[in-house]
Amino acid sequence: MAAQILRRVVGSRSTQILSSPANPTSVLPALARAFSSQTPIRATLFPGDGIGPEIAESVKQVFKAADVPIEWEEHYVGTEIDPRTQSFLTWESLESVRRNRVGLKGPMATPIGKGHRSLNLTLRKELNLYANVRPCYSLPGYKTRYDDVNLVTIRENTEGEYSGLEHQVVRGVVESLKIITRAASLRVAEYAFHYAKTNGRDRVSVIHKANIMQKTDGLFLKCCREVAEKYPEITYEEVVIDNCCMMLVKNPALFDVLVMPNLYGDIISDLSAGLVGGLGLTPSCNIGEGGIALAEAVHGSAPDIAGKNLANPTALLMSSVMMLRHLNFSDKAEQIQNAIVSTIAEGKYRTADLGGSSSTTEFTNAICNNL
Amino acid sequence: MATPIGKGHRSLNLTLRKELNLYANVRPCYSLPGYKTRYDDVNLVTIRENTEGEYSGLEHQVVRGVVESLKIITRAASLRVAEYAFHYAKTNGRDRVSVIHKANIMQKTDGLFLKCCREVAEKYPEITYEEVVIDNCCMMLVKNPALFDVLVMPNLYGDIISDLSAGLVGGLGLTPSCNIGEGGIALAEAVHGSAPDIAGKNLANPTALLMSSVMMLRHLNFSDKAEQIQNAIVSTIAEGKYRTADLGGSSSTTEFTNAICNNL
Repeated sequence: MAAQILRRVVGSRSTQILSSPANPTSVLPALARAFSSQTPIRATLFPGDGIGPEIAESVKQVFKAADVPIEWEEHYVGTEIDPRTQSFLTWESLESVRRNRVGLKGPMATPIGKGHRSLNLTLRKELNLYANVRPCYSLPGYKTRYDDVNLVTIRENTEGEYSGLEHQVVRGVVESLKIITRAASLRVAEYAFHYAKTNGRDRVSVIHKANIMQKTDGLFLKCCREVAEKYPEITYEEVVIDNCCMMLVKNPALFDVLVMPNLYGDIISDLSAGLVGGLGLTPSCNIGEGGIALAEAVHGSAPDIAGKNLANPTALLMSSVMMLRHLNFSDKAEQIQNAIVSTIAEGKYRTADLGGSSSTTEFTNAICNNL
Repeated sequence: MATPIGKGHRSLNLTLRKELNLYANVRPCYSLPGYKTRYDDVNLVTIRENTEGEYSGLEHQVVRGVVESLKIITRAASLRVAEYAFHYAKTNGRDRVSVIHKANIMQKTDGLFLKCCREVAEKYPEITYEEVVIDNCCMMLVKNPALFDVLVMPNLYGDIISDLSAGLVGGLGLTPSCNIGEGGIALAEAVHGSAPDIAGKNLANPTALLMSSVMMLRHLNFSDKAEQIQNAIVSTIAEGKYRTADLGGSSSTTEFTNAICNNL
């Protein structure tokens, strides 16, 4: 019981601290030590391909300027398939994330070829990343058609329509299985309400099509309702996916936290990213069993501008802010986020994709100055 | 039509769809000049496969706490809707047909749909053909909907994209729709609800049903009449003098209708 309360308060660090539960009284000093700014927390960093290494440098620079107690453990995608993981990601890389329980990932280009799993799929399966969290808010200073977007999409990431179970029934007739389980639905619903509570959000909306898919989306809804009852202070509502899309393009301010099965999550999270300016500005964080958090930039590796100091590091920086919030470094997170937002709002230093002409390093320096 | 609550009968829409074999749902969305939304350059048509896909209604419980739903894609239905989409594009002077899919993940099902569209596309070399993944499509639609012309897709994506597009131009109250059935049947419909709260009060906006009737006329090759009525509707809304409550005005249904008749 005490361990559970501590886990809630302390967050993901608790699993290391509480790994020796034999003597509870010795836990508290260890806790205090972990949270002093002298003890850095190790985090795995996958710079990725293309523009990955450059924007990863930006993150390191900003973290250093903000005096964030994170020690990076860098891992790269290999050039050979590791037989232990069936992929270009080595076993050591995955173990690093499992050990550190937190990581940041840049864009990875999956090499063409057979005999290996896609990199994203490997990470997801090996680390059991079950929820994809994507906050979308309108950046003041970067004008889109919408200026009042402030929502978070939480997408179930392990099952649903993306279970990969398809087969041909007879020639010309193909079937695909959509799987919904109580376990996975409860798990993502629990995370969604927990996220809403710890981040001060008022409302959780479940997106579904249970009027047509009565058993599958119906089960997802049922699980969300069960979890909602445990959080009476949070408003709970259910919205059909097609209505949701229409409402999102007409009045996105209606939404706060959205939780949904896999396919709807894919669609809605990209739709919401489009409302605020696209994938180049959108942070993302994958939550795994045991409190693992792997923040990532969801844009591509942009090989055409790689190495030219032109890339926009905003998405990766915002994702690293999500990582800091997950670690309960709210002050640092707030400080860095404000610096990013005000730099973009000032408009003096903007990368090319935002309509400016600054280089990656100029933009990063401006953020450091704004800390 | 409001489906009565109760058991032992199929929903009215489902009955119409099954009995008349309505396989394609066509929804043109364009920005009405004079009714300002965040978008003023929308001019696209969504064509949705309406008989199979994710809405086949085949679900079952595997064990307690594990449920499965079947998504069915057949060559026959996919070819049929693709043929209609390209035929529609050609007869309505549209340049481009985009297929919306998620074949990178659902390789066999959406893959089959794509294959069928590619086959039909080869028969229409003058029409540009492209394939867009559903999540990219949604993002592009909210950032730059002018990129799209005719979109054709399986059932679920069609449901989502057609409502999304309706939202871009002002909502279901302004959106026409037409269901195409085997043998050239066309059933145009207004997709908004029956609005029982304003029924009988002369407040309703007839635009959606009027636009749908225009679609019906086009299907019957009454292009001149269709054009005439459509222009009358668009200019009446553009003038702004007579608008129903949902468009921000204060005219009654009859006043609005009379204005349209005067504008013919």
